[in-house]
Amino acid sequence: MDIGEELPGLLVNEIGGMHGILHDHVEFLKKHFCLITIKEFLENKKNMSKKVQAVYLWWHKPVIDRDLLQSLPNLKVIANSGVGMDHLDLKLVASFGVKMANAPCAVSSSTADTGMALLLASARRLVEGYHVAVSPSTEYYEADFLGVEVTGATLGILGMGSIGYKIALRAKAFEMKILYHNRTRRKEQEEQAVGASYCEKIEDLLCQADFVMVVVSLTPQTHKLIGKREMELMKPTATLINISRGAVVDQEALVIALRAGVIRAAALDVTYPEPLPRSPSHLLLFLRSTAGGLSGTQPVGSGDASPTAPGLHVCVKLL
Amino acid sequence: MEGQELPCVLIDCIGGKHGVYEDHAEFLKERFCLITMKEYLENKNFLGKKIRAIYMWYHKPVINEELLQSLPNLKIVASSGVGIDHLDLNLLSSYGVKVSNTPFIVSTDTADLGMALMLASSRRLVEGHQMAISPDTEYFPANWLGAEVSGATLGIIGMGTIGYKVAERAKAFEMKILYHNRKQRNKEEECAVGATYCKKMDDLLQQADFVMLAVNLTPQTHKLIGKRELQLMKPTAILINISRGLVVDQDALVEALQNKVIKAAALDVTYPEPLPRDHPLLKLKNVVITPHIGSATVKTRHLMKENMTESIQAGLAGLPIPNEVLL
Repeated sequence: MDIGEELPGLLVNEIGGMHGILHDHVEFLKKHFCLITIKEFLENKKNMSKKVQAVYLWWHKPVIDRDLLQSLPNLKVIANSGVGMDHLDLKLVASFGVKMANAPCAVSSSTADTGMALLLASARRLVEGYHVAVSPSTEYYEADFLGVEVTGATLGILGMGSIGYKIALRAKAFEMKILYHNRTRRKEQEEQAVGASYCEKIEDLLCQADFVMVVVSLTPQTHKLIGKREMELMKPTATLINISRGAVVDQEALVIALRAGVIRAAALDVTYPEPLPRSPSHLLLFLRSTAGGLSGTQPVGSGDASPTAPGLHVCVKLL
Repeated sequence: MEGQELPCVLIDCIGGKHGVYEDHAEFLKERFCLITMKEYLENKNFLGKKIRAIYMWYHKPVINEELLQSLPNLKIVASSGVGIDHLDLNLLSSYGVKVSNTPFIVSTDTADLGMALMLASSRRLVEGHQMAISPDTEYFPANWLGAEVSGATLGIIGMGTIGYKVAERAKAFEMKILYHNRKQRNKEEECAVGATYCKKMDDLLQQADFVMLAVNLTPQTHKLIGKRELQLMKPTAILINISRGLVVDQDALVEALQNKVIKAAALDVTYPEPLPRDHPLLKLKNVVITPHIGSATVKTRHLMKENMTESIQAGLAGLPIPNEVLL
């Protein structure tokens, strides 16, 4: 970049605040781009609109709609943080000749770690245990506070993309028996490297697994992939872990299944919506660890504190 | 064993707080004549002579000189779990009583829990759960972040069976693994898990993002981690304890956490257990505590019961005792 040239304009939602760009990241971005917030853009549309060459989507903001696309004649690329694209109208974006990019590799290790964290926490009843340990009414530790074994158990991975595969790599070290179901079967070497067996039918996986880990992307085909029928196929001692999207699981059916002991427990990094409504009718929040257990977490899936998080570099390189 | 009486084994009690599980008792009653402490105390003169073994579950019944003196035919004490710091081995030996524990059975569960605590603490799982279900939560803030486990540096202090299993698991998370131990492991063992030996514990403490304690409690490891060690750690580091509470200087730990000398701690063990309800560790946001559940799985507890039964049967038959604890 020659001296004297302006940095390309990058549209962002806001800096800081609820869903804004992290303050730590701003310095890095300003080296490469001229940052324009939505507020600045709206206040000065005439001048700003031609400057914007790229949009930096952070936590799905700013919202990309026809109006916005029409007012950005020089828009070349939209970079999306994270891997999920289900919040975008890809056809619409393409119709304006704008390229799309996400950051799949950056999130895969962190998200795989989250999947394992939830699996282990649920199996060993970590959150419940914490509450026992710190509760004002605890006088002694019960001898029969028991969880279920992870080492040697059977893990069924639904969706063997890069995140699913990284989970398999981690689970292998826990000597878990690994089954997987995917649109396409992986190569033999890849299967052997993690000791994974392909289940062409999802039913075969569901009835054998002690832990079912949902790692698919959200598409019309995976919407409510796990419903009443699928949960009834699972073992009553099995745990469901969801690190995909809330809408992949039929939430109402999940509540019923947990209350009735159809499955042992669920651990969710994602729900629909996020957060879940706080109303009493939203039963997922109020289930405690009697029959099933719930370890809801806010989407920490790919949230890492390092100021130069890999996702950042990937988004920038594409512009 | 037609006509023969089953050997008498002393237990604390069945069910309740720390008693032998009801479903385990069934198994044991097929092999032994179980005598509870209550039954024994009510009929000491008669039962004292009959008792040939003690089945110690959760460190109960407590064994002292008085008890040993009143059990003239006691041959063996089978203790659940691997830790034996609650037993006076010299005293038992002086009465000619053998001791067994269950060292290997607990290793995978304890290693699994070590990994669970490391992941939960670094990714702020407990806090996250509370936020997800709190009545006050309206949105999930974008700047709510944890720290990465994958690719980070793990320092394992105590590379016995449990420590090694932790290393095997951590390797799959592409962690850089350092370890400190009384003895260095052999090259193949180190290579298999990609672990680097730190002869000086200080070197490990200065480099690690996660410090995992997997030592047994001995006079040498008492307060192994104190103020000095905590200060050597990175301010972004997390301490995980799956050993015994006394391996850490708890007061120094509280101070270090309050002053952000280290980032967080995850403890399956404390001293005492449970902690007094007004203890500062219970209130710190950056502390995860679990109620000593290192080996607490249904399967492992069954295996413990089976191991202890084998040890008692061997001890009573004068055969070599599996999992014997030698002085």
